Amino acid sequence: MPIARDDVAHLARLSRLALADEELDHLAAQLDVIISAVARVQEVAAEGIPPTSHAVPLVNVFRDDVVVPCLGAEKALDQAPAVEQQRFRVPRILAED
Amino acid sequence: MAGELTRMSAAGIAAAIAAGEVSALEVTDAHLARIGEVDPQVHAFLHVAADEARRAARAVDERRAAGEALGPLAGVPLALKDVFTTTDMPTTCGSAILAGWQPPYDATITGRLRQAGVVILGKTNMDEFAMGSSTESSAFGPSHNPWDLTRVPGGSSGGSAAAVAAFQAPLAIGTDTGGSIRQPAAVCGLVGVKPTYGGSSRYGLVAFASSLDTPGPLARTVLDAALLHEVISGHDPCDATSVDAPVPPVVAAARQADVSGLTIGVVPELAGEGYQSGVLARFAEAVELLESLGAKVVEVSCPHFSYALPAYYLIAPSECSSNLARFDAMRYGLRVGDDGSASAEEVMSLTRARGFGAEVKRRIMLGTYALSSGYYDAYYGKAQQVRTLITRDFEAAFEQVDVLVSPTTPTTAFPIGERVDDPMAMYLADLCTIPSNLAGNAALSVPCGLAPEDSLPVGLQIMAPVLADDRAYRVGAAVEAALDTRRGHPLLDDAKGLA
Repeated sequence: MPIARDDVAHLARLSRLALADEELDHLAAQLDVIISAVARVQEVAAEGIPPTSHAVPLVNVFRDDVVVPCLGAEKALDQAPAVEQQRFRVPRILAED
Repeated sequence: MAGELTRMSAAGIAAAIAAGEVSALEVTDAHLARIGEVDPQVHAFLHVAADEARRAARAVDERRAAGEALGPLAGVPLALKDVFTTTDMPTTCGSAILAGWQPPYDATITGRLRQAGVVILGKTNMDEFAMGSSTESSAFGPSHNPWDLTRVPGGSSGGSAAAVAAFQAPLAIGTDTGGSIRQPAAVCGLVGVKPTYGGSSRYGLVAFASSLDTPGPLARTVLDAALLHEVISGHDPCDATSVDAPVPPVVAAARQADVSGLTIGVVPELAGEGYQSGVLARFAEAVELLESLGAKVVEVSCPHFSYALPAYYLIAPSECSSNLARFDAMRYGLRVGDDGSASAEEVMSLTRARGFGAEVKRRIMLGTYALSSGYYDAYYGKAQQVRTLITRDFEAAFEQVDVLVSPTTPTTAFPIGERVDDPMAMYLADLCTIPSNLAGNAALSVPCGLAPEDSLPVGLQIMAPVLADDRAYRVGAAVEAALDTRRGHPLLDDAKGLA
């Protein structure tokens, strides 16, 4: 099933990538090739086979409940693109209306 | 003397420093001079930290003068892949989105290197966020293979490999998600190891695919790789996936260098069509060599390995699409388009479109696709089942044999530019290395000669069971010793790219 250009535009939106038209055209063609190649996994008979999410399974990894120092505000904000009143300054998060 | 110092092994340098024959500072200066001389051609480094390196070297010399016992790699210079956080150097991951980023903390591996007195010379070039097999996806331009500067050094840890092959450092750290240590090691004529997953800490390693990412050593000898492996390994409470088990005795195994009594399996699925003839010829010779050294060689089929590449290119991009969501232009890194009227979401989308390169965008979108509702079961879910089947293939094989062997890569180093716009051709470079990432077991690449048609290095891959990393070192060291004796000089003496 080939991937349509509209689908690629939708993926870009979901991925928070503001892509130009020519970039979308280029990516759509490449993704189509890649997706048809990786779709080969569907040939494998895998009914009843459990999925593996992790190569070396570990469960319930806890550390001791001990208070340890964390980054101070100055260090945490040191690389921020914008800072105001000892906080990260971000663009507006609500719609204008 | 300076020239000789850069040709020495890490073990040799450490011994000479411990014996007082040379100072750590002299060793560091010799390597910094070499970097100054050849890095304009090789471009292995994104950042050289000369002052910090000299300071670390002086500290080792002072400790020695004070009579302190030094660790096995104290004073030895190292090149660190630019994906590990360092408080005194930028960490960019080869991406414009992190250009100039100065992390607030050291990765566990960075800290362990410092503790061991290893001298970090600087940060090495890499494919952007470790996605690639050539360093060509770096936002800062490719590195060049010291065997032939018109060819790639492999990737994603290509800068680390190029630095060691060009004698700019005797040791380097890389990361291996689908082959990113072993493949560059193979095409640069080095030893490279992907330890057992969880054997080396991911804390402070900027994540690409968390269930696959594994830090490990690159070196010119198997023993040097083993010494570095032991320095960086062991349980880390800061990494919840770190394995709480003793570090496999890899240094002892590298010194043992003996395969008598071992059964070695050849995987027929990792050879044949698509493999360069010289690679297959050298591989066949290496198998004969192992037999002549006393190993028993059998063929072991791993039927699901043929599906490892497609499964990997669903699993790794899926994890990447999730991990790279953190680059949101809010707390650190690049921010584009914040003009006071644009929304956070618009700024985020503009920043990510500008800050990420083509390969990273492809993988984020591929992963987003594989995880999206309606496609999840057919792609990501199915790939995870294939991952189980590949792990079972390994388990069944290791009931019959001690290690498995294959070529490390299907071809030798390819020309810069050849595969840049053909992602599937690029992905094939990881054909043989991916199964061990999916199953989490240890795997090592050791040089097994030059391909006759292009005189470029070929790697032999040795795969060992989970937490039996020492077996791969034992076999690798035996191959290395036999081939060095036969050749009469180290393989890298034949590298002519910088001659």
